[in-house]
Amino acid sequence: MGKKLVEDKSNVLPGDVIAEGDMLSGRGTYKENGKVKSKVLGVARTKKNRMRVIPLSGGYIPQEGDNVIGKISGIGPSHWWVELDSPYDGYLSLAEGSDEFIDLDETELSDVYDIGDMIYTEVIKVTSEKDVKLSMQDRICKKLTGGRIIRISPSKVPRLIGKGGSMVEMIKDRTDSRIIIGQNGIVWVNGGDEDLAVEAVKTVDERGHERGLTDKVEKILDKR
Amino acid sequence: MMEITEIEEEAALDNIKSGERIDDRDLKEFRDIEVVTGVAKKAEGSAKVVLGDTKVIVGVKFGLGEPFPDTPDEGMLMVNAELGPMASPDFESGPPGKDATELARVIDRGLRECEAIPLEELCIEEGEKVWKVMVDIHVLDHDGNLMDASALGAIKALKEAEMPGYEDGEVLRDEGEDFEVLKTPIACTIGKVDDKYIVDPGLVEEEVVDGMVTVTWTEEELCSLQKRGNGGFQKEELLEIFELAKEKSSELRKFI
Amino acid sequence: MSEDKELLKDGKRIDGRAKDELRDMEAEAGILKRADGSGYFRMGGTEVIASVFGPRELHPKHKQKPQRGIIQCRYNLAPFSVDDRKRPGPSRRGKEIGKVAEGALSSIVFLEEFPTATIDVYMEVISADAGTRCVALNAGAIALADAGIPMKGLISSCAAGKIEDTPVLDLKGEEDKDGQVDLPIAMNIETGEITLLQMDGMTDIDEMDEMLDLAIDGCKKVAEKQREALMETFGDKK
Repeated sequence: MGKKLVEDKSNVLPGDVIAEGDMLSGRGTYKENGKVKSKVLGVARTKKNRMRVIPLSGGYIPQEGDNVIGKISGIGPSHWWVELDSPYDGYLSLAEGSDEFIDLDETELSDVYDIGDMIYTEVIKVTSEKDVKLSMQDRICKKLTGGRIIRISPSKVPRLIGKGGSMVEMIKDRTDSRIIIGQNGIVWVNGGDEDLAVEAVKTVDERGHERGLTDKVEKILDKR
Repeated sequence: MMEITEIEEEAALDNIKSGERIDDRDLKEFRDIEVVTGVAKKAEGSAKVVLGDTKVIVGVKFGLGEPFPDTPDEGMLMVNAELGPMASPDFESGPPGKDATELARVIDRGLRECEAIPLEELCIEEGEKVWKVMVDIHVLDHDGNLMDASALGAIKALKEAEMPGYEDGEVLRDEGEDFEVLKTPIACTIGKVDDKYIVDPGLVEEEVVDGMVTVTWTEEELCSLQKRGNGGFQKEELLEIFELAKEKSSELRKFI
Repeated sequence: MSEDKELLKDGKRIDGRAKDELRDMEAEAGILKRADGSGYFRMGGTEVIASVFGPRELHPKHKQKPQRGIIQCRYNLAPFSVDDRKRPGPSRRGKEIGKVAEGALSSIVFLEEFPTATIDVYMEVISADAGTRCVALNAGAIALADAGIPMKGLISSCAAGKIEDTPVLDLKGEEDKDGQVDLPIAMNIETGEITLLQMDGMTDIDEMDEMLDLAIDGCKKVAEKQREALMETFGDKK
């Protein structure tokens, strides 16, 4: 028999006991002495059976399946190194670099992606030593040029996307901007009312943990 | 940590060229400024300056020392800056690098050239013992334009400072006397992009401008100049920059 | 040599405190922008600002640990933080404090989640009036939580001591100078685990027992202050 000790959406500190007994320990929590405790400063979600804590902030640790925005930081004989704003760089091999065949006799790797280029890419593998393999094969992956880059806390990405994409769709709709969100907290905005879109994104980053976020963002978008 | 991306640099540049900067500022607008004194309780004078998100603390300490041989009846002024890793992922620990050294020396010259501090008043025993005025700049948070923030903090801390007492070779820190500062030098850094000048360059802007000049004015005297970074300026451009800096430094002087 | 000052008179200390009373405290979280996390803590006249960067790539490569990350602590006294200006640069005392701080924080952070990476904690003393390593750790713990670093709990720190043969809590400058024992500790108050322990002076086991109790009690009050500061970060920004 388990017992929940804090209300859903309570603010918790690392070490705070969220539940005791037979309760599942989910993301942001750990189990010790039969108690489920928070690992991070964040908001406890206790509605379901798996206790979770959504962190207020925190760095990005790559996970398989994530779509991220990275920066080409190095070029090897048959691969690129990609910075992900994480302690772990991504490795993009020649094979995964594009869905077209690249003939090294004809093309330089730097012609495909050069140092400094920003790419929207997919994390296809993360080993236990945190070797991160990327791929550009998926059709949504591409090189990003122009526009604006905004860095937000990776923990705010779910808020920026919103339930079923509702938040980002609202911003896109009202600003006519293209918006690409990397799970690693790097966001790309292009076209339309870029300044307004940037402001809306920054608002989610700064106030994403507050209540009534949607209203606050709408207020910003009403300016147009 | 991902360094500033080309997209961010291009955005900063395009915005300046169109007359409005990425943080919605006008070309000649300062970020929000806050100046608070008495932040370092053990210092004889101190000030914290917040310029946008840039934050620095400047502390003033008095100590005893031997005068320089060529100026036996003068006290000493020393300005030191620490750009430590706490303030930015780009700073490393260790002795002051080139940026920290330039910062300290430019601010030192700004104070020294206009004779803001009467060094002859700091002599205790000619040739033997004088007061050392030690200004230490400690950067907490680097979001661009450390120069102007630090210079403002330095002059504010000096103006607020109280000189300790002296008796029989000992410094009496419990006794404070007003410390006279004769001038109020203010540094103002101006960046250039094509034919546009920007005041108070932010973090990304510092990387994309064609060059910067730090101009230090007292109310009427231009007392120090430093062209910083790469790039070059025509004489006419410099004269315009000096004028602009004079106007802008009077805005900053209100905080002193 | 200091004068023969009475540190304890009728059970009250020079600043009017009782034996088991902490100096007054102030704490704040999230005060810096560039850092991943930041914290401020004050106990009496000792103030420290801490900033945390990480997890991030660790250089040089030979320091990297394949199975877990590391914590690196740097403790620094600002030149204007003490009576006689301190020359900038690492001191031996500072390096030692950095090391024991790493020892205090390492067991509390889930380092296995960041193999090969580092979490850098910078603790800058703005004003020093004894207990600087304790205040530094308190600020550092706030900064780690503010940075979203996963931890078992917070570390809270304070020092007990002995002045004029009497165990007391949280020595201030003059008490520390003329005191007989200085005992800084740091702990996780939830689990009771003490992760920093140093002692200067001469004492016995019974006295240690008493001083440890004082310190543990003090750490609980520190933890409340840290909690208040971190809870503020959830608040609506104006």
